Amino acid sequence: MNSGIDLEMSFTQGVQNLGLSHELAHLLWIPLPMLLVLVSAVIGVLVTVWLERKISAAAQQRIGPEYAGALGILQPMADGLKLLVKEDIIPARADSVLFTVGPILVLVPVILSWLIVPFGQNLLISNVGIGIFLWIALSSIQPIGLLMSGYSSNNKYSLLGGLRAAAQSISYEIPLALAVLAIVMMSNSLSTVDIVEQQNTAGFLSWNIWRQPVGFIIFWICALAECERLPFDLPEAEEELVAGYQTEYAGMKFALFYLAGYINLVLSALLVSVLYLGGWGFPISIDWFSSLIGLSIDNPLVQIIAASLGIVMTILKAYLLVFLAILLRWTTPRVRIDQLLDLGWKFLLPISLVNLLVTASLKLAFPMTFGG
Amino acid sequence: MNIAYSTELICFLILSAVVVSGSLAVVLLENIVYSAFLLGGVFMAVAGLYLLLNASFVAAAQILVYVGAVNVLILFAIMLVNNKEKLKPIEGLRTRKFISGGVCGGLLILLLRVNITTKWNLPGPTSIGEEATERIGEHLFTDYLLPFELASILLLMAMIGAIVLARREVSIPTGDINDLKNKKSLSDKKIPLLSENSLK
Repeated sequence: MNSGIDLEMSFTQGVQNLGLSHELAHLLWIPLPMLLVLVSAVIGVLVTVWLERKISAAAQQRIGPEYAGALGILQPMADGLKLLVKEDIIPARADSVLFTVGPILVLVPVILSWLIVPFGQNLLISNVGIGIFLWIALSSIQPIGLLMSGYSSNNKYSLLGGLRAAAQSISYEIPLALAVLAIVMMSNSLSTVDIVEQQNTAGFLSWNIWRQPVGFIIFWICALAECERLPFDLPEAEEELVAGYQTEYAGMKFALFYLAGYINLVLSALLVSVLYLGGWGFPISIDWFSSLIGLSIDNPLVQIIAASLGIVMTILKAYLLVFLAILLRWTTPRVRIDQLLDLGWKFLLPISLVNLLVTASLKLAFPMTFGG
Repeated sequence: MNIAYSTELICFLILSAVVVSGSLAVVLLENIVYSAFLLGGVFMAVAGLYLLLNASFVAAAQILVYVGAVNVLILFAIMLVNNKEKLKPIEGLRTRKFISGGVCGGLLILLLRVNITTKWNLPGPTSIGEEATERIGEHLFTDYLLPFELASILLLMAMIGAIVLARREVSIPTGDINDLKNKKSLSDKKIPLLSENSLK
């Protein structure tokens, strides 16, 4: 196993050469990847918003944003600026403390989850051992924020939206976790880096999607439900609940919900690509390719090309999934609340349990292909 | 005293302050919704304490189970039945408060005594960090198998009980639906899961 490019090592080395202590160098290093990931998450949201506008326009045979920048590419910036300068209103009889804390509790866990998304072997904030489990735990905090904002708005539509959001997110978390568990069982690790590495032995043939097709579909459905995307956007169903828990929000607080929704979408797409589509792996094995042109894998040039290819591959796979999610949003009708809960509890939960059982038995029967 | 140690100390002090003041507020606040939200905060601070002890898996499990499931369900229940009704004054509240305060104080003294008289083995065993997840799994499926299975049976019983309670069948006389005089009595016979109070 090669160590790849280790930016942290070179950074701390460089700072130490300037005469600072090792601890201080480490302290200086810590905020850098966080800032980078935060910025990339926000840029990812801007791109997704633009894509959403353009693709929805195409689905409805419109042109979409046109004048802000070429092809309306600056439209999301304009949206963001508008939200930034809008008046921040707290309704007179709302609970102002909970009203303010709610959106923060929705956004913070989603951003924290970016901790575990790998863009390359060492290109992630922290390779925590509990990796993917951390994401599941963090995403379970979100419904509290939704309930909080729904309750504090002092509006029955908001309260209903908040309750729906909590019910939906509890129901779909279980099949989601079971689908992830099947993957974890195959790769013998919770760490996202290990999960990707285990998939990159023979190019795209070793991706988890071939071994876990059912798990892939379950995970994708549950991820859409967790992001409250159509066909599962019941918490904010416009025709029934005005805008659900967001009804009373304006300005930057509303923007926090908006941001959290899109960051969550991009994050889910990234995690699908990490868990099922080989993460940063190129469809053809890089090792094999570099041996073909006669260069060692440890060659700096090969390393740099492989790392940038890895980032491009992760983002490409994620955005293909985002495209799929947007297309689904603008072409499918919304399910009813009873259909939603039926689908979660009576269909996805049993199927994911069976999937887990089958994976376990296949792992015992064919330890070579299903990770012994 | 290096940077890592002082960071740990500061984090510990903040987290313990949050846990103590948060749990006091959970008990003492009048508004039950605030209590429930603060309970979530206390659970998260406890998870933070686990993180300080290098038990990341336990911390994540704490958040997933207590914050993500238990606390959300508590909130759910409160919001479904919260009708902002003034509670009736209870007779003999003063003596009740006195008795429960006495019981809690006794418990506190007992725990303090145990804390002081026990010879703590300091410093404790070194943490095994990331390996802990595997170790927990091993223990759960070997020497702690019986308690583990018993807990799952308990949960199953609770689940079946909840289903039985929620799906209790109420027979509604069918012939009377168009009878205006009986409308009042019909609405009284609503299924108990969503009573009139909760719909207000």
